[in-house]
Amino acid sequence: MADEPKDAPAAPPAAPAAPKPAAPPKVPLPAPVDAMGEPLVVALAAAVPGAVLGAKKMVGQTTVEIAPGKLVEACRHLKDVETYTFLVDQTAVDWKERAPRFDVVYWLHSFDRGSARVRLKVGVADGEACPTVAGVWETANWMEREVFDLFGISFEGHPDLRRILTWDGFQGHPLRKDFPVEGIDTGAAIYPDRYPEGGGPAPDDKNRKTVS
Amino acid sequence: MSELVGTAGAVPESEETMLGLREMELNFGPQHPSTHGVLRIVLKVDGERIVSARPDVGYLHRGTEKLFETETYPMVIPHTDRLDYVAAATNNHAYVLAVEKLLGVEVPKRAQYIRVVLDEMQRISSHLLWLATAAIDLGAITPFFYTFREREVILDLFEDYCGARLTLNCMRVGGLQEELTPGWIEKLRAFTEDLGAKIDEYEDLLTENRIWKMRTIGVGILNTERCIEWGVTGPPLRAAGFAWDVRRALPYECYPELDFEIPTGKNADTYDRYLVRVAELRQSRRILLQCCDWLAANPTGDIRGKVPRVIKPPVGDVYASVESPKGELGFYLVSNGGNKPYRLRVRPPSFINLQALPEMARGHMVSDLVAIIGTIDIVLGEVDR
Amino acid sequence: MDISETVLNYVLIPAVKAVVVVILVATAAGVLTYIERRTLAFLQVRKGPNRVGPEGILQFVADVVKLLTKEDVVPAKAQHFVHFLAPILVMVPGLAVFAVLPWGPEFTMRIPGLGKITTAWYATDLNVSLLLLLAITSVGIYGIILGGWASNSKYALLGGLRSAAQLISYEVPMGFAVVSAILMARSLSLVEIVEAQRTHHMWFILPGLVSFFLYFVSGVAETNRIPFDLPEAESELVAGFHTEYSGFRWAIFFLTEYANMITISAVATALFFGGWLRPFPNVAALSFLDVIPGVIWYVLKVSCFLFVYIWFRGTFPRYRFDQLMALGWKTLIPISLVNLVLVAVAALAGFRGLRILGTILWVVAIGAFLIVTRLRAAKKPPATRLVPAPVGAQKAEA
Repeated sequence: MADEPKDAPAAPPAAPAAPKPAAPPKVPLPAPVDAMGEPLVVALAAAVPGAVLGAKKMVGQTTVEIAPGKLVEACRHLKDVETYTFLVDQTAVDWKERAPRFDVVYWLHSFDRGSARVRLKVGVADGEACPTVAGVWETANWMEREVFDLFGISFEGHPDLRRILTWDGFQGHPLRKDFPVEGIDTGAAIYPDRYPEGGGPAPDDKNRKTVS
Repeated sequence: MSELVGTAGAVPESEETMLGLREMELNFGPQHPSTHGVLRIVLKVDGERIVSARPDVGYLHRGTEKLFETETYPMVIPHTDRLDYVAAATNNHAYVLAVEKLLGVEVPKRAQYIRVVLDEMQRISSHLLWLATAAIDLGAITPFFYTFREREVILDLFEDYCGARLTLNCMRVGGLQEELTPGWIEKLRAFTEDLGAKIDEYEDLLTENRIWKMRTIGVGILNTERCIEWGVTGPPLRAAGFAWDVRRALPYECYPELDFEIPTGKNADTYDRYLVRVAELRQSRRILLQCCDWLAANPTGDIRGKVPRVIKPPVGDVYASVESPKGELGFYLVSNGGNKPYRLRVRPPSFINLQALPEMARGHMVSDLVAIIGTIDIVLGEVDR
Repeated sequence: MDISETVLNYVLIPAVKAVVVVILVATAAGVLTYIERRTLAFLQVRKGPNRVGPEGILQFVADVVKLLTKEDVVPAKAQHFVHFLAPILVMVPGLAVFAVLPWGPEFTMRIPGLGKITTAWYATDLNVSLLLLLAITSVGIYGIILGGWASNSKYALLGGLRSAAQLISYEVPMGFAVVSAILMARSLSLVEIVEAQRTHHMWFILPGLVSFFLYFVSGVAETNRIPFDLPEAESELVAGFHTEYSGFRWAIFFLTEYANMITISAVATALFFGGWLRPFPNVAALSFLDVIPGVIWYVLKVSCFLFVYIWFRGTFPRYRFDQLMALGWKTLIPISLVNLVLVAVAALAGFRGLRILGTILWVVAIGAFLIVTRLRAAKKPPATRLVPAPVGAQKAEA
């Protein structure tokens, strides 16, 4: 539960999950362990039934998987009952081939629990909307706008869901893995009818690069 | 084409007032002397009083987080310099901390101390830059030159150490690249000892200045609850009276061994944020002196931990944060076991603190908006990434 | 001979004076920008312009050349005629007031071919010169408002509005301060006011301490200088009313601001600091000071005020608009009214009355200053109101 400041030696001695590095380090590589038994996870599962889908802990950081439908309820509970008043950050990860394509990630801090932090993960499929937590923490407003802008995940019930970092009228969502890293033709953004979806080189063009 | 009109189009039409007068829409930025970069704020003003303020960011968006995904772990470090470009060392630091955490690497003590020295020098230089620009925003032009005199020395020291003055690229996963140059610690100590008197000079110009107090006291109040609600960290949060500092709350490197205090304010206004930052200058000076002592007493030692030649952290994710001059700066690293980050998210304190601007500015005058932007201390490189 | 004398006295000499005044004022304003930059540089531990000419003295010439040859940009949707008119409206009054500034006493000189000529160090002396001065300087504000409005820019408009409100507000205490000087001298002519300070055996700063402060503070506000530079507050309104001006039209605004600074300083000198008179004009023991001509005394005194202007700029932040208005209406105007009554009563009692008033004012002022500084030193406020958190309160829990 506790977020350790310096982990290395305390990391669980599980087998390294990574491919074998060139020069193997002396200390074993950290690996995730199940954290369903953590008091917080147990309390959350009891208070909001059906919210917790799984929990794991890695390098002292707990990650709880939350069911999308129960997200707002779980967040309310964490904020009001478990004193996680501070939404540190929110972002998303694009897993391209995975079943729910995106993970929307939140991490929360409680000022009453020392250095304890908890990370929530919500799986969201492409085209699906994620419930907004902007009603729970004001600060989620811009963070969700950013995720919307860069990943194209829409947030249901968000008060002001507009693009924030790219401009209005921009086509595509830059942080998706299939967005070309060299960017798209600006014209594509301005004249979407003249350019393919996503802009830039056509999907079968060999100049079009995607990030693995 | 119509959607290109920009976010100003999204601002609802001004309401008619009783006399049939309409509020004026004022486009504050992106080219404006006191938005500290390309920040645009769409203001609705009633005379000079602000009815609503809507920050419009993104003019400096360079897709840094996308770039991260195409670079190997060591290659990411120079990109982090360009986030908060006036505090490159803390950016480097937060990133390497995240990678080290996931790798499980222990950083040698000497490297930790040198990192803290770089961090604190960076904090001083960033706060000096803040003081300079915040004073200019309120019309006091002289502190600018005083603070830049000291900032110059810090930049010279950085140049001495790593060859760069602004984009330092000074930290490596597992430690540092370079040992300190000979005589560097002495130069740093001479500067640091001198700094106390220099800070007094700035305070002489501003702290008890009647006009400065008139312009800053009671302006842009954001109390602790609202700060936390908005996720505001760093000096604005501490000025609200809440002693929360990542260096103490989530200690990293050798900070638990160092003796320093967290300055806090009472009134959560611009003046308190000014006082907090000035007090932080003094605290950073105190930390630097302690580090100088330690480094002088331990002149040799490893500066690089045991790091594999090719950095391939295990599959998993990790978040690590430092107290940057602007607030909590965090890096969220998702690794798929490859030699490039699968996803690297920056928690940009400037971006998140800026979000509270409309609440701080509401009901104040246009002149106060300038003071409030100045007091949040944003760097657009970090806001827009 | 008669006709030629008339021509000489009413055409030739005034014409020469007018040309000389305009050239001198324009040059002086230019030089003043250089002096300001060097003085500020001195205050700000840097060098300032030091490349063009010896010690950079020709910097202002280079600036003028640059500004003259710069493209003159007019916004497409500006009111072209008004936009063109505004700098002229600002400049003409700014230069015209120099006609009545008394830089020195009358003097006689011999010009070969014309004989002896008696003239003076001022272009003209009117019996209403102070009224003329106040009237003309108020016209300049139209230029600022119109310039701000005609630019079709919101920032310029806000700058123009600020400046209108500011000038109207500060015209009042300034007027009252000037009136108190008129009461003391019983004349509206600047030359006679200076002469009155000789006959009264004292500079009017003695009974006019408060009046002088009112006048100078209002003067700083009238010239849009820090801490009252709101109409052109760079960090707020970009450049205020002259945001949309460039090239030489901008230079006109700029130079007129400096010319106005000279005017305000010169009038302050004439009203309260004895004009061209040496210190203690009636003390015979100091008569060796008469070696220095009156005009030099005048320039020296004016320079002191100009330095104060620059000093302000290097020291103060800027007021906020409402604070500026509050200072004008709630502080300066009530004080100026009370002060006017005091001076009027004293002036009614004549020379002695003024002397008594002066003594009381100075004693009170010095006493108050001493007490305030003593009190401040006694309860030296803590450097910061910060509560240090306990060291290591939240040490690592791991």
